[in-house]
Amino acid sequence: MTELDADAVIVGSGPSGATAADLLTAHGWSVIILEKGANHLLELDAPYGPLGHSANDELKSVHRHLLGPDPLVEPRTFRRAESDGDHLLVGHVNSLPSTVGGAGFHADGKLPRFREDDFRLRSTFGPFEGADVVDWPVAYEDLEPYYAETERLVGVAGEETNPFAAWRSGPFPMPPGPDMYGAVLSMAAGERAGLHPYRCPSGVNSVPYDGRPACNNCGFCGQYGCPIEAKGDPVAMLRRALRTGRCQIRPESYVVAITTEADGRHATGVRYLDASRVEHEVRGGHVILAAGAFETPRLLLRQDVGNSSGLVGRNLMYHFQTLSVGAFPMRLHAMRGRCVTGAHDDHIVGDQASAAAARQAGLPWIRGGLVEHGGANQPVREAQIYGPGPHHGAAMRDSSLSDRLWVFTMQGEDLAQPINRIDLDPTVRDAFGFPAGRVTYTPHRHELVASAHVAPILEAVLRDAGAEWSVTSTSPPIHGEGDVSPLGMAPASYHIMGTTRMGADPARSVVSPEGRLWDIANVLVVDSSVFPTSAGYNPTLTIMALAARTTRLLLGEPLPATTPHRMSGAQE
Amino acid sequence: MGDAAVPVWLSESEHRTVAALLDVLIPPDGPGPGAGQAGGSDYVDGLLGAFTFDPPHIWAGGPFSGRHGGEGRFDRWINLGALEELAWRIRIEGSRGLPEREFNGPVVGWQERYRDGLAALGADFADLDPDAQTARLATTDKAFRALAFTHACESLYGDPVYGGNRNGVAWVAIGFDGDVQPRGWTDEEVEAP
Repeated sequence: MTELDADAVIVGSGPSGATAADLLTAHGWSVIILEKGANHLLELDAPYGPLGHSANDELKSVHRHLLGPDPLVEPRTFRRAESDGDHLLVGHVNSLPSTVGGAGFHADGKLPRFREDDFRLRSTFGPFEGADVVDWPVAYEDLEPYYAETERLVGVAGEETNPFAAWRSGPFPMPPGPDMYGAVLSMAAGERAGLHPYRCPSGVNSVPYDGRPACNNCGFCGQYGCPIEAKGDPVAMLRRALRTGRCQIRPESYVVAITTEADGRHATGVRYLDASRVEHEVRGGHVILAAGAFETPRLLLRQDVGNSSGLVGRNLMYHFQTLSVGAFPMRLHAMRGRCVTGAHDDHIVGDQASAAAARQAGLPWIRGGLVEHGGANQPVREAQIYGPGPHHGAAMRDSSLSDRLWVFTMQGEDLAQPINRIDLDPTVRDAFGFPAGRVTYTPHRHELVASAHVAPILEAVLRDAGAEWSVTSTSPPIHGEGDVSPLGMAPASYHIMGTTRMGADPARSVVSPEGRLWDIANVLVVDSSVFPTSAGYNPTLTIMALAARTTRLLLGEPLPATTPHRMSGAQE
Repeated sequence: MGDAAVPVWLSESEHRTVAALLDVLIPPDGPGPGAGQAGGSDYVDGLLGAFTFDPPHIWAGGPFSGRHGGEGRFDRWINLGALEELAWRIRIEGSRGLPEREFNGPVVGWQERYRDGLAALGADFADLDPDAQTARLATTDKAFRALAFTHACESLYGDPVYGGNRNGVAWVAIGFDGDVQPRGWTDEEVEAP
């Protein structure tokens, strides 16, 4: 047996890789994390303090690709279907950050759990023509202990007032932070409409937590690293792992291949290129893929590894976003506070009206998603909306398309379709000479019907809240309306899932219920690639909870089963 | 930055032309400065000449500007990694026939696009009256106009450390507070109208 460099080699340092590293090192394992992006997060030498790169700076954070990937050197491509040819777009295609900390670094940290039904979609609601609707091989009660654990690891602020929430074994680690002014208006209007708004669980400190300060409401949240580390994901986990002395993070390390024994059934480690493009090999007892639902299948497809099912890259899911916007007579100062503080789940749960809408459309059922109550954007982006000319200054002062807008964003459940997938673009390359990943994606009619049903409800709530007019768009734009969405032709969602789906049957899944590749048992996948369905909830907490479960099963130290700490859901 | 320093990449003449161009794209308007007036040509010059400096002037430092407490560190520019530097050199300088920059074919950089675009506007552009400037601008390449407008927006509403929005004058004009760390906002300021 050749000497190992580490017990586990982790590919990717985002929320899932950080969770795995935290738990493995806490249990005495040594890990090497290879991250293709650069390090703008924390010192890699003790005491692992902040680097101070994060700031309230729209230019570097939003317009100059500080957290990567830069589309010039790491392009992605997009097409809706094969009939579009090789690709329609080249460059930025829902490109999640490529940086130490991954997408956790820039996210504003909306961290809801999924509901019980989300893990048993097929058995609860039944099949759906044109989609591959399945149950998860993991039930909510299997995952609850790990939801609770990751909420503590990150630090989640929230309250148990959502009547549709799944049961919990304990309270949130922190109370919720303050409501944005716009959310005060929209949550009240939501209640008047019979909806059930609540304060969205958030990985942003409302009080000092784990040695990090409370959020001071600076407003530069989504798409920004936090200058004061009030957001815990993933810096809390990475720093804890580093402090054990058993974790190395190697930034600017681009993994080119998983290495295996001659029979291809046992991984020995990975090969990677460093910043100078010198190739190295690291040998690990296990390889843990945490590169995200775009890069993980891209790596496997490049090598044709783990793909005896033929499903690697397939069943790509986003959330189908319905964006209903209300225009208010007064300013809403959405630049104060978190980006989103309110939410409601009513359109996930459904009612008689949604069932009737499904019947009318000839569909067996429809499911929407969590609706975020949030505000609009920042001045450079706003300035681009108004265009050049003499009107520009007055438009900016009035801010009719930014500070007077309030936005409902529904993260609609996206049904898995095998034809939607990540594969390798035939012509476009990255700076290392490897084929760019390509997205082929068209939403299922389910998503369009669900969106069309919910949008008028959302617009009515906005008008009751005080909006003078309202309008709805979707991302991706609905087919037939061309590329008219302000968010472009490709899905704008950063919620990417499903491309190495987890299941109990090796012929119909890529990864086992324990998170191991069916073809190579010591390669584990811990990112959102493994999701069998998308649910209508922001995925990050579920990514981390599932990563924690997979990691603890690998360690042989699963958490004990849990029970409700009180009746915390009207539906259960 | 922002004190009308000698341009690092543009010629003096080009620097004047850029200022005029940006003022046509986002003109002065009552309390609002034009993008050129507010220092936009310093912004463009700093971007096109970013690699004149070490670290290059691509990403300003942090975590605080010093305007709202804490030590001001935005002028401590961040080092670029190898891949980050490659991306920004391609974007600014173009691929120049270098194989390591042409993995997807040749790229015309912003320096060349500005040099050509400003030449098309003419050396007398800054001396024309606004109507004549608008008319001449309309005859130039649409993609160049779009690039210049993007930079007009970035210069005027981005942080002053990048060269435009001198002393935050554009933020004041639109009632935007800019960066607020480490002061932030109180819970009451978040929740109240």
